[in-house]
Amino acid sequence: MVIKFKQIIGLTLLLPSFVMANVSEYRLDNGLKLIVKEDHRAPVVVSQIWYKVGSSYEHNGITGVSHMLEHMMFKGTENLGPNEFSQIIAANGGRENAFTGQDYTAYFQTLEKDRLAISFKLEAERMRKLIIDDAELRKERDVVVEERRMRTEDKPRALLREAFNATAFVNSPYHHPVIGWMSDINNYQAIDLQQWYQKWYAPNNAAVVVVGDVDADEVYALAKQYFGPLQPEITAQLKPQIEVEQKGKRTIEIHAPAKLPYMMMGWKTPVVNTLTDEPVWEPYALEVLAGILDGGNSARFARDLVRGNEIAAGVSAGYDLFSRLAGLFLIAGTPVKGKTAADLQQAIITQIDLLKTELVTEQELERVKVQVATSAVYERDSVFYQGMQIGMLETVGLDWRLSDAYVENIQAVTMQQVQAVAKKYFIDRGLTIAELIPMPFGDQKMTMPVGEKHDY
Amino acid sequence: MTTNIISFTVALLISISAYASPNIAHWQTSNGAQVYFVAAPELAMIDIEVIFDAGSARDGQLPGTALLTNAMLNEGASGISTDDIAAKFEDVGARFGNSSQRDMAMISLRSLTAEEQLKPALKMFSSVLTQADFPQTSFERLQKQMLIGLQAEKQSPSAIAARAFNAKLYGDHPYAAMPAGEDKSVKTLNIESLKSFYLQYYVAKNAVVILVGAVTKQQAIAIANQIVAKLPVGKKAQAITKVVSIQTAEKIVIEHPSTQTHILMGQLGIKRGDADYFPLYVGNHILGGSGLVSQLSNEIREKRGLSYSVYSYFRPMRELGPYQFGLQTGNDQADEALSVLQNTLVSFINNGVTAEELIAAKQNITGGFALRLDSNSKIAGYLAMMGFYGLPLDYFETFKDQVNSVTVEQIKEAYIRRVQADNMITVMVGGKK
Repeated sequence: MVIKFKQIIGLTLLLPSFVMANVSEYRLDNGLKLIVKEDHRAPVVVSQIWYKVGSSYEHNGITGVSHMLEHMMFKGTENLGPNEFSQIIAANGGRENAFTGQDYTAYFQTLEKDRLAISFKLEAERMRKLIIDDAELRKERDVVVEERRMRTEDKPRALLREAFNATAFVNSPYHHPVIGWMSDINNYQAIDLQQWYQKWYAPNNAAVVVVGDVDADEVYALAKQYFGPLQPEITAQLKPQIEVEQKGKRTIEIHAPAKLPYMMMGWKTPVVNTLTDEPVWEPYALEVLAGILDGGNSARFARDLVRGNEIAAGVSAGYDLFSRLAGLFLIAGTPVKGKTAADLQQAIITQIDLLKTELVTEQELERVKVQVATSAVYERDSVFYQGMQIGMLETVGLDWRLSDAYVENIQAVTMQQVQAVAKKYFIDRGLTIAELIPMPFGDQKMTMPVGEKHDY
Repeated sequence: MTTNIISFTVALLISISAYASPNIAHWQTSNGAQVYFVAAPELAMIDIEVIFDAGSARDGQLPGTALLTNAMLNEGASGISTDDIAAKFEDVGARFGNSSQRDMAMISLRSLTAEEQLKPALKMFSSVLTQADFPQTSFERLQKQMLIGLQAEKQSPSAIAARAFNAKLYGDHPYAAMPAGEDKSVKTLNIESLKSFYLQYYVAKNAVVILVGAVTKQQAIAIANQIVAKLPVGKKAQAITKVVSIQTAEKIVIEHPSTQTHILMGQLGIKRGDADYFPLYVGNHILGGSGLVSQLSNEIREKRGLSYSVYSYFRPMRELGPYQFGLQTGNDQADEALSVLQNTLVSFINNGVTAEELIAAKQNITGGFALRLDSNSKIAGYLAMMGFYGLPLDYFETFKDQVNSVTVEQIKEAYIRRVQADNMITVMVGGKK
């Protein structure tokens, strides 16, 4: 059985070098980085521009300003009216959007392959010529207020997650939510947005990632044409904001209108980007550990907690090894009816203790490795996702080539290393626990005839 | 510079996008399953979907039957346990999936095409589909989980709104119930009813097999045969009853402890293959189907900042699917948002679209056509829709022409005939002002 697995891995491991051969990297004189991945499967191209700025760059009082600025990037420049960016992309058959994370803000367009220049021209315009109009800001602030209500205020689990992060992180900027606290959102002024834009939006703080049916050198020529003339900026130096050492277990409760209990547990863990003295394999061992617990329907959580002793209605484990700052290994779940969050928590602790005291089996380890290797093939079905991988690594200060080395680094993890990270990091001094306590509410329904007719 | 960008855009628009559509092979297995195949040789992987006319429209008196039947397939097959089935797929990196909606019930598999992976994955997949064991312990666990899922819905204003909207829109029709069922019916389900559902609907003549991946047609034929060979021939499911249109406008207000009110408004829409499909599709694209540039987004979000998300869509199904409008806004603005929504619709029906709006919509839809088919999973999704609803094989080829031939007059005429702004069901779920 084991030999068979090794054969499979050998086969799939041939792929990364082939993948890498299609990627080209360039840097313009103004500091803009361009990474092009040729993928000729379909006549489309995705163009993504990644800025090194996100909620982890923010301080209290202006939390969420990166996200607010992302919204304002659609509201007009020196040469484009509000929403005109979107109209031009739409008229060219494009799909576009943007997203903000803790460590990045990214904008993207997907177009038929010969229309890449449209994206470059428009993105170059709004990289340096944005206009923050007071009236537009006030309206868009209302939109973001509604967005926050929809994503967080009215979702009990999201509320818990937010409070959880604010508890687990004291001085790390991962303390505050990407969308920002409501009070901060309500009080953004145009000057806050202008300063933030001035500080971070410049070619030397951005990476353009292009994936699709293109020729890399032609893309480079286009990039020079449109982004080349833009002036670089002296961008601010980030303070390290290294999280203070946790001295003991932290526990919180959130009482909110809900029907189901829910709980989260998270332990402080290192990431690839922050490893200096520690062994560099640790994040990969933690990644494998997450797979052992929650890598599919055969993994331990599904097998033992959802089936097995039937204590969890659902339970998941997650770890992000490529964040900019040190993060958390998270476990979250809902107990089945008749069991409490405390019961589920105890069952999870039992699972964690097992990882510390007994080596995972060879079959489990190999299964995780096979899944990682095959996923690397499946992910290539999406040009967008391929761009995401490159852009995310680039913006946290890592090399995009790590997305290829990732598979190899996972393959190198041993069962002893999995045990070692379990012992080292799953300790009470690094643990935060949050529990959602449902506040009961009734179901009220009224049906009424439509009263007055509208003026149709 | 503005002029510059525009002229530049127009120049590029002249280059007609004429990319080839995928070459679809279609055949029938010896026991009667319909197979659709597109070769995608670039990546050494394959996507397989097997779809049955076995969604919640077939639930009868016990909503939830179709979903739980579908969820039971990988819980035990040919004597192999749930744990071992999961391990057999995941040992070779294969991904098994199942889902059940109103019309369709589906199982899917994604695997590498190398024999070491594909062979064991296919063997397990075929067993799960054709030799399901329906173990009692699994049934009891999944039943409990469905009940928990129903509780989770009750803490979500959007889920509450969707349930109320469908119940009112469809009345006694099978589409009225949610695929997830309801507390009473899920508690009443029993394993014998699931088994008989399985025996009736999971049969070859009621199946469509989709294959997209790095295999030859000969291999695809063999794979399809292997998957469905042990399925009984059976019968194609009977036509579901016609949906009868409701005639009265109604507003349902449900109190919920949320800061926003979720508004759903709508009426009956269109079927798959509907004669009015293209005028209504293009018309709705302009009204509320094109994201940030739609009329609704402009009125609700751009001009007034009332909602983060506002949309409208037709969901064509076997029978009349819904035409649905949605947004969510702070409780104190709910009435204002609803009236802007209604007024925008009324004005759209009365005034129709402008020639410029129609050109922009056509450019958006046809100019981005290649984006709809740029991955194996998207191609598989389209094949599933075409195969299941029996759309013509030249659907892709004719799609752009159909869109381009829509006129301003057709949109106006179709909207006046099919959409009644004063006859909408409106559901509002939220807190007090």
